[in-house]
Amino acid sequence: MPPFGPDLVEAFGPSQADGGPELIQLLTPEGERVHHSDFDQDFSAEQLRGFYRDMVLTRRIDTEATALQRHGELGIWAQLLGQEAAQIGAGRALRPQDYVFPTYREHGVAWCRGVDPLSLLGLFRGVDHGAWNPRDNNFGLYTIVIGAQALHATGYAMGIQRDGAVGTGDPDRDAAVIAHFGDGASSQGDVNEAFIFAASYNAPVVFFCQNNQWAISEPIERQTRIPLYQRALGFGFPGVRVDGNDVLATYAVTQAALERAREGSGPTLVEAYTYRMGAHTTTDDPTRYRLSDDVEHWKLKDPIARVQVYLTRNGLAEDDFFGTIQAEADDLGHRLREGCKALPDPKPLDMFNHVYAEETEELRQQREGYAAYLETFEGSTVSGGNS
Amino acid sequence: MSPATQRITLAKGLNMGLRKAMEDDPKVLIMGEDVGKLGGVFRITDSLQKDFGEDRVIDSPLAESGIVGTAVGMALRGYRPVVEIQFDGFVYPAYDQIVCQVAKMHYRSKGNSPMPMVIRIPFGGGIGAVEHHSESPEAQFAHTPGLKVVACSNPVDGYWMIQQAIASDDPVIFLEPKRQYHADKADLDDTATPEPLFTSRVLRRGNDATVLAYGPMVKTAMKAAEAASTEGRSLEVIDLRTLSPLDMGPVFESVRRTGRAIVTHEAHVNLGMGSEVAARIQEECFYSLESPVLRVGGFDTPYPASRIEEDFLPDLDRLLDAVDRSLDF
Repeated sequence: MPPFGPDLVEAFGPSQADGGPELIQLLTPEGERVHHSDFDQDFSAEQLRGFYRDMVLTRRIDTEATALQRHGELGIWAQLLGQEAAQIGAGRALRPQDYVFPTYREHGVAWCRGVDPLSLLGLFRGVDHGAWNPRDNNFGLYTIVIGAQALHATGYAMGIQRDGAVGTGDPDRDAAVIAHFGDGASSQGDVNEAFIFAASYNAPVVFFCQNNQWAISEPIERQTRIPLYQRALGFGFPGVRVDGNDVLATYAVTQAALERAREGSGPTLVEAYTYRMGAHTTTDDPTRYRLSDDVEHWKLKDPIARVQVYLTRNGLAEDDFFGTIQAEADDLGHRLREGCKALPDPKPLDMFNHVYAEETEELRQQREGYAAYLETFEGSTVSGGNS
Repeated sequence: MSPATQRITLAKGLNMGLRKAMEDDPKVLIMGEDVGKLGGVFRITDSLQKDFGEDRVIDSPLAESGIVGTAVGMALRGYRPVVEIQFDGFVYPAYDQIVCQVAKMHYRSKGNSPMPMVIRIPFGGGIGAVEHHSESPEAQFAHTPGLKVVACSNPVDGYWMIQQAIASDDPVIFLEPKRQYHADKADLDDTATPEPLFTSRVLRRGNDATVLAYGPMVKTAMKAAEAASTEGRSLEVIDLRTLSPLDMGPVFESVRRTGRAIVTHEAHVNLGMGSEVAARIQEECFYSLESPVLRVGGFDTPYPASRIEEDFLPDLDRLLDAVDRSLDF
């Protein structure tokens, strides 16, 4: 056999279930603070408590939403259980002027951006396709077609370049974009095209891949034969693998990648190595395709527990801190339960709203025709509706 | 010719219209394959990169989904991207972005995220090209709520319609009849006031039958009307111009007078634009019709090898044959 270059294992190292030697970590699953030559930084007690609070509340949103689906209040829910650190670390690394392009699972990032969790529930309840205004929090609408948003993020970043908001040195002006996607999306053409466009134009975008090991039932081995972060090199920009269950490392690495983008040094791929502890969505049954042993193994790497251990062991949280957060979570849960059930259903004629910025005569006639039809039913109270 | 009038081709009209739009609004960007130094394979963007710079006239990597998908991001940032799909048959890699993202963004965001984007597609056949270079995909986009679809047929419309499409806050699929790019010249008075974009236009008055066409078939329809007139038959010709929304008012007015309608396009007849136009005519003009609405289009085959494309494409004779069948019904 003629040689075709270096052996894959030689070039990339063996595939390792624990993330391998390249995994950037600042806080071990046991709650031990470890140091990294490139990404270390000091975290204040307040920051650490903030991460803990964010993760607990995010998990509560997820738990409540899952329960609401089981009670028939949501049509479906995409759980993030286990991915709290990846999302909070990435979300808290953003500046207000940065822009987020999420998948449909970025509930933790939405939380960091100040998006009301109730508006997330609206989408899954079926009252709308996303009720938040992306411009209010620089947080785009959830994208359900896998990977499509990676291109939107890249184009948005190209717009930032054209606005002269990259590399000026002004921390309030320079902006970056973060594109969220998962391991499954890494196989999509759109994600790979986004890599190419971002590299070609040196766009200020961070590609943040939460590798949760599963694309519904398909394991990561079906998507890639090399560690995902290594893909970036082939496109001409750096890639790193971070412990996605370590909020400190995720924060530090994302912050560095965003800063790199803001200063004009171009895109970075961050692979947050994590695990989807729940089902793909509430319609999925993971017992059909994976071993509970795997889940048990990853339970030991829980993103919240390790921060709690660290805070406790180092006396960084007052005695009543954890109780206060728990009470806040209970309040949030209550608000979501009641708020979800109270979300108003759209009116039938609302479906005609906002199809176009400038409505067509054809559509106006269809709306009027359907309204007239509805009026023929006894007791009809057709309302709602004008764009 | 008045001093304001120039004699231009469709290619020139589009080029001038794009230039004007870029001068009028600094948010207008052009992106596509080879649109920069080369000026596009049809030279529609000729010299624009030289005059507006590489940041506004962007040569893209060779990836259509990437072109449209990044344009979505630019529009979200407040730009008005005008993207060029090099040939009709190459739009399909971008189909997902167009249908799932571009078309739905305004709707799903409740109007918070408009998509003021123009997707220019040279379409249609008749240029002796190889496979995938001669297609007419308009019905697939007209079928998609959230998109608007227009087709220009002549140099003057090219100049005005491209500017109007760029000014639209809705995404517009802008179809350009490629075999007309460098064919006929017309007089452009750029001080004139254009008709609104989403309107059809009666090009020739007649009493015996109404011929409906758009894009490359407008010229054929006009020739057919000319030929028919030598046989004493008076055909009315309407350039539909807008395919979504359709502007049926002038069509209904015409058909109620003539009682007969023939709709023609290069695209396959089955579920083509003609099917929708015929359905609407029978819904609105049922008692005025003297004969069934006829469709004259490409056959329901893939676009054939170019040596026989003249048999695939509806021509003067096939159109006149349909006129005969309508009148003899």
